[in-house]
Amino acid sequence: MQDRIRIALAGNPNSGKSTLFNALTGLNQKVANFPGVTVDSKTGRCSLRNPSTGETIKAEIIDLPGTYSLYPKSPDERIPFQVLCDPDDPSHPDIVVVIADASNLKRSLFLCTQIIDLKKPVVLALNMMDLVREKGLDIDVEGLSKKLGVPVVPIVASRREGLEILKKSIFNAERAFPDDFIDIHQLSPCVLSGIREVVKVNSSYAAFQIANNLEIIPYFSINQEKKDRITGIIREFGFDASKLQVQETLERYKVISSIINEFVTHREIAEKRRITERIDNVLTHRIWGYVFFFLNLFLIFQAVFSWSSYPMEGIQQGFTWLSGLVRMALPAGILNDLLVNGILAGISGIVVFVPQIALLFMFIAILEDTGYMSRVSFLMDRVMKKFGLSGRSLIPMVSGVACAVPAIMSARTIQNRKERILTIMVTPLMSCSARIPVYTLLISMVVPDRMIGGIINMQGLALMLLYLTGFLAAIGAAWVMKLLIKTREKSYFIMEMPVYRMPHWTNVGHTMIEKVKVFLFDAGKIIVAISVILWVLSSYGPKKKFEMINQKYTYPEAISSMPPAEVSNHIQSEKLEASYAGIMGRWMEPVIKPLGFDWKIGIALLTSFAAREVFVGTMATLYSVGSTDVSTASIRDRMMQEKDPADNTRNRYSPAVAISLILFYAFAMQCMSTVAVVHRETKSWKWPLLQIVYMSGLAYLASLCAYQVLS
Amino acid sequence: MKLSELPVGKTGVIISFTDEATSLKLMEMGCLPGEKIIVERIAPLGDPIAVSVSGYMLSMRKEEASTVLVSPAENIKK
Repeated sequence: MQDRIRIALAGNPNSGKSTLFNALTGLNQKVANFPGVTVDSKTGRCSLRNPSTGETIKAEIIDLPGTYSLYPKSPDERIPFQVLCDPDDPSHPDIVVVIADASNLKRSLFLCTQIIDLKKPVVLALNMMDLVREKGLDIDVEGLSKKLGVPVVPIVASRREGLEILKKSIFNAERAFPDDFIDIHQLSPCVLSGIREVVKVNSSYAAFQIANNLEIIPYFSINQEKKDRITGIIREFGFDASKLQVQETLERYKVISSIINEFVTHREIAEKRRITERIDNVLTHRIWGYVFFFLNLFLIFQAVFSWSSYPMEGIQQGFTWLSGLVRMALPAGILNDLLVNGILAGISGIVVFVPQIALLFMFIAILEDTGYMSRVSFLMDRVMKKFGLSGRSLIPMVSGVACAVPAIMSARTIQNRKERILTIMVTPLMSCSARIPVYTLLISMVVPDRMIGGIINMQGLALMLLYLTGFLAAIGAAWVMKLLIKTREKSYFIMEMPVYRMPHWTNVGHTMIEKVKVFLFDAGKIIVAISVILWVLSSYGPKKKFEMINQKYTYPEAISSMPPAEVSNHIQSEKLEASYAGIMGRWMEPVIKPLGFDWKIGIALLTSFAAREVFVGTMATLYSVGSTDVSTASIRDRMMQEKDPADNTRNRYSPAVAISLILFYAFAMQCMSTVAVVHRETKSWKWPLLQIVYMSGLAYLASLCAYQVLS
Repeated sequence: MKLSELPVGKTGVIISFTDEATSLKLMEMGCLPGEKIIVERIAPLGDPIAVSVSGYMLSMRKEEASTVLVSPAENIKK
């Protein structure tokens, strides 16, 4: 055996696969990248000691996404099939560890015997042996091992029982391979022999799987000529894929039933199920079920919205301190500016999301691990299905009220690809917390700070209406896109409702760490890049103009009338106006004029792409309010004084302009972090670009209507 | 009769499927011809349903359940 082996971990969902993976690899994990798939697969490392030679070898462990069979039901589920059936796949393993829920062996053995028939060395880990004892089942482990022809190891992954034996038995996996469980070759002899001549697979079953999944073949690492030959063989001899799949499934289960009868004895009835039944009587109740669900949503919302604000403030202060330090340590100039305003600003814009992501995924991991998440789908599916969304879409959408970035990452829990994409596409319409400063500023300009009936604050009411607008826009957009996005892939809702159990805290911790890592490193790169671009745009411009501004403020007559602080405010303001962002703002003016916006607002729209709340800061700079005292009131007062350049008797910021601007911020996609995270989650640029186009279009139309009607 | 028509708490035995693609998904999850299937509950909004089959609880939409043909058995709920 080589000194380095690759092991794939395969198993059904809810079989404890992640628990075993975490137990084997600890924190030595990273997320593997499979192009074009929105489902992540993880790899980790561990070292194994060969019991007979005493040597230690390094093992790379691939955690394949949970599946019930090798047949992919959608392109997203193709990874287990592809990795195991393509001998040249970069992730193709030397050994497969199949993990099975021992308390429900029948279905687990379906996947297991499929993998054994691929003629790969297999070790079967029988997990949840504690449940087996509780359930009154008896499994003849040795007999099962002999029958299957592979080592069988009973384990309890959550308590790390049996892991050492499992590690040792990996060295015994290479045995003589048993005969196929079912006679696969006779299902389609000509096609299977033909394929085995083209691809170097060592079993009829691998050839059978390849013939069955032609649409996945483009992803295989074999060359085009071979792919064409396979298609040719199938065209020549004919291969009725779904009919043969049905036949295989039935025959395989027949064999499994006889194996179960021979090696599993049943003594009592299941007790765990009864507890689950009782919990379900409450949690899927027509009243209490929804009360409990909305309590959960409320708790998640509180956590992401308010608990995370403390560490976020800390992070922001930390970065302010660090920026100050860098600014002082380096001589003033381009490098200093780039570091502080470009790179550090970008990094702090990423790190600041960490508390929200960690907290949101803590809750989601608990909901998944306990088995509650499948009940959420059960309760809400009927309503959400109408809008093309899933019952689980509510969690991302509600989290989106705090921030779209963690919310979009949490759409992962939606299995159906179309429903997941739709959820990702509409979540940024939910009114996120970065819109609050913008809304507060603009609302205070149009809505009087008065009470209705002594209790309801009108500005508060306006804010609430905006939240409602966001939600309605989101489900409306989902409904429209449901009709527009066509998928050939058939969508299933069929899923397991697992038995309730206590969450495994190590799994919860691992999920939190993994999500934070993925965000920091995958989405982070894009965010820093955009941040630097925005910095260049807003701090550089044609040289001549910048020199003129610098010169102008060296003349004593230009500055004698104002205090020194105001001078630097004016310099900043004029420089922003002269910068490339300012030039782009002027270019944009004809386009945004029908919305009631001028080029100054154009600049703010551009810089808001860093984060929506930047609008307030940009306005402060443009109107020379000064960065030292950026209070909403002072900016508002300054903006209210601004007169319309065309007509000096009218205010620049009329109610029509303010409302048009509010609507623009409600709908437009102005957040580079969201763009980056949508790219990360959909693994393509198509979806984030579509999102920018449709949201900006929506924003433009809404503002246009509002301004034209009101002015 | 169709699985979607089986009342809550009643047991049926799976006879066959009317949709090949859906049947594959159902079969690999343990819904096999000859297997006993019990409708455990219906979601408060009327869809989906939860069934017990070969030791698991599965949930599926009524639309999917209507592709499963069952023969109602005597109520022998375990």
